[in-house]
Amino acid sequence: MAGTGAGIMSPSEKYTAAAYLVVFVAVLAYVVIIASKLQRLQREVARLVELAKERQHG
Amino acid sequence: MAGGCLVLFTTALALVFFYAPTDANQGLSQRIFYFHVPLAFTAYACFGWGAWKALRHLWKRDPEADLESYVAIHQGVIFGALTLATGSIWAKISWGVWWSWGEDQLVLFLVLFLFYCAYFMLRYSVEPGPQRANMCAVYALFGVVLIPVSFLAIRLSKSFIHPVVFTSHGYQMTNSQFLTFCVCLVAMLSLFVTLYSIELAGKRLDASLRELRELLA
Repeated sequence: MAGTGAGIMSPSEKYTAAAYLVVFVAVLAYVVIIASKLQRLQREVARLVELAKERQHG
Repeated sequence: MAGGCLVLFTTALALVFFYAPTDANQGLSQRIFYFHVPLAFTAYACFGWGAWKALRHLWKRDPEADLESYVAIHQGVIFGALTLATGSIWAKISWGVWWSWGEDQLVLFLVLFLFYCAYFMLRYSVEPGPQRANMCAVYALFGVVLIPVSFLAIRLSKSFIHPVVFTSHGYQMTNSQFLTFCVCLVAMLSLFVTLYSIELAGKRLDASLRELRELLA
């Protein structure tokens, strides 16, 4: 069977793909970090809402 | 905003791989230019915006300016790191080395990047308050002087290994390449605006929650 995928890519193609992949991975990592921070903030909001409700009824 | 950014990036990628012609000298690896240079320009824009917000903090005492300056510089460091990474990959395939200390353009951009990395060391070594905001604003303003020096270094450099694309005679590329570059630049700037807005909103929400927590405690 003939080589497929990365096996038949020239060095130029590999490096170009690597450069674009670096940018994509970095942006994706940033989005994941922001999303996890947002989740933490949402949990904090929920906890503070509970605390405020307790204060209101207590 | 995020939707617009996604559309721009999709268009940019389509233009890069299906519209822009392949460079006769460098072949496919020249297409790294369409992301590498916009990343560098966007990093400059981020540092410039951070410096503008720093000036507003010192001059107009804008209460939001310190946080806005910090977020812009944070974004600038991210884009700067990506510029260095993509530049190194392009250098490896073009020049055979990951880095060249003899290139003024490369070294001055690295100096600019490290200068703004040190901004965070300064910021987190001081307690939050007016003194920290003032020191960071002054530091951010000093750094912006390095931007034109870094940009002009390529024209002052004697060796000229790093390609000179934009000269006083105009852009040294075909119209289709220039169009592709412009779309990529707009896409990268829109990514900065999107990420800046999201991070700023997150930081403001964090500050509000801290205040609320203190009130309820």
